[in-house]
Amino acid sequence: MEGGTVVEWLKQPGDEVHHGEIIAVVETDKGAIEIEVFEDGILKDIAAAVGEYRDVGDVIAQIEGVAGAGVTSSESVAVGGSDTSTPRRIRVSPAARRRAKDLDVDLDIVSGTGVAGAITISDVERTAGATGQGAEAEAKLENRAAGIDLVRMRSAIGAAMTRSKREIPHYYVSATIDVTRMTSWLATFNEEVPVAERILPAVPLIKAVARALDQVPQINGTWADDAFQASKEINIGVVIALRGGGLVAPAILNTNELSVAELMAKLRDLSGRVRQGHMRGSELTGSTFTISNVGEGNVEAILPIIYPPQVAILGIGSINVRPWVVDGEVRRRQLITATLAGDHRASDGRIGARFLGALDKLLQEPEAL
Amino acid sequence: MTEEEIIDLVQRTLFSIAPEFEGEKIEPGSAFRDQFEIDSMDFLNFIIAMHEATGVDIPEVDYPDLETLEGCVGYFQKKHQAPKSELEGE
Repeated sequence: MEGGTVVEWLKQPGDEVHHGEIIAVVETDKGAIEIEVFEDGILKDIAAAVGEYRDVGDVIAQIEGVAGAGVTSSESVAVGGSDTSTPRRIRVSPAARRRAKDLDVDLDIVSGTGVAGAITISDVERTAGATGQGAEAEAKLENRAAGIDLVRMRSAIGAAMTRSKREIPHYYVSATIDVTRMTSWLATFNEEVPVAERILPAVPLIKAVARALDQVPQINGTWADDAFQASKEINIGVVIALRGGGLVAPAILNTNELSVAELMAKLRDLSGRVRQGHMRGSELTGSTFTISNVGEGNVEAILPIIYPPQVAILGIGSINVRPWVVDGEVRRRQLITATLAGDHRASDGRIGARFLGALDKLLQEPEAL
Repeated sequence: MTEEEIIDLVQRTLFSIAPEFEGEKIEPGSAFRDQFEIDSMDFLNFIIAMHEATGVDIPEVDYPDLETLEGCVGYFQKKHQAPKSELEGE
C-alpha cells in the first residue's frame, strides 16, 4: 500500500480526542481505513483535507497532548505497515505518483528506469499498458464492493505476495491434528448457550495458536533491518475473504489475552467491519503472525504464503472426518491439516515443528483454552 | 408460517448479510454458501436472525437442513411454533 485519500474527518480542529477514538477515514487499496489516535489531546491542525491523497507515513493531523504542552503526535496514514518497514524504498517522482494514481497503477509492481531506479512517468504508463490497468479504470467502478476497490486490491495482493516469494525463503512443516475433542467440547458448549452466543470452530483454533506462539516466540514478530524482531504482543492476523474476490487479514490485537467468548465477539466484529470496508489502521499494521483458515468444505490443506514483514503463517485445512488410529484402534475422528510456512532467515523447520506440536497438545485440552 | 412468508424472510435475512447480492434470485436447491459466498460467520448470523424472527430454536445439528432455501422452507414449516414477535417489516 502506497497511501490513501482522506474521505472524511470525524473531528475538527479544536475538538478533544481520546485514545482509541476514530478521527478520520482514509480510502486505500485495502478498503476504507479508520484512523485512530493513540493518545488523549486536542486536534490542532489538519494537514490533509477531504479528497487529498497522502503517502504512507505522511502527517495528516497534529494532536496537542493534554499532559505536556507541545506533545505532537503525527497521526499518520501509516496504513499497510508491511510497506512502511520494507527496506526497499521506492523512489518515485511526484508527477509519476500522480500519473500512477490517475491510471490506477500500483507502484509496487512498476520497475523504475530513472536515476537510482526511480520510477518515471513513462515507467508508470508502460506498466499501465502492460497490465491493462488503465483500461480497467472504468471497469473498476463496477468492481467496488462496500467501498473497496477490488481491482486495486487484487493488484495489492499480487504485489505483496510477489515480494514475499521474491524475498522470503519459505520452509513448510505440516501436521495432521485430531480435533475431535475440540469439536465435541464446542458442540456441548453451543448446546448450552443461546444461539447468539454460539462459538465457531475457528475461535478455539485461533486461541490455541495464540497460546502455542506464547510457547514458541521465535516465529511471532517481523523481519526488519535484516533481523528478526520478536514481538512481545501476540497479534494474530486472520484472513477474511471478501465477497466478489479479494481478502484482508486484519489483526486481533493481543489475541492471547482474550477469552474464547471475547475472541468470538472480536472475530464477529472484525468480519462485519472488514466486509463493509471499515478497518482501523492498527488492525492492518499490527499483525505479528497470520492464520489462513479455509473453513468449511473439502480442502485438505492450504500451503500459505507469508505476509511480509511477518515471518510465519499457518494454513488450516477444513475439518474432515477420517479414519485415524487412537489407542491402537482405527476410529472415526475429525482431523485438520495444519501447515506452517516459516521464514528461513528467522527460524528453521525444527522451530516450526515445535510450534505444531504445541498446537496439537493445546487442542487436546479445549476446555483449558 | 406460509411458504411465501418463509421465502420472504429468508430473502430479507440473506440479503442483509450479503447485500452485494441483493435482488438475485435464490436457487431453491443450491447451498447459500456456494451461491452467495456465505462463510461460517455469515451462516451463524443467518441462523441467529432466523431464530430471532421465528422463535424457533435451531440446534447446531439442524444446520445442514438450513443450507438451502428449499431446506429452510421444509424446516420452518415443520418446526414453526408461534412466533415470538411480529415479523419486522422493511
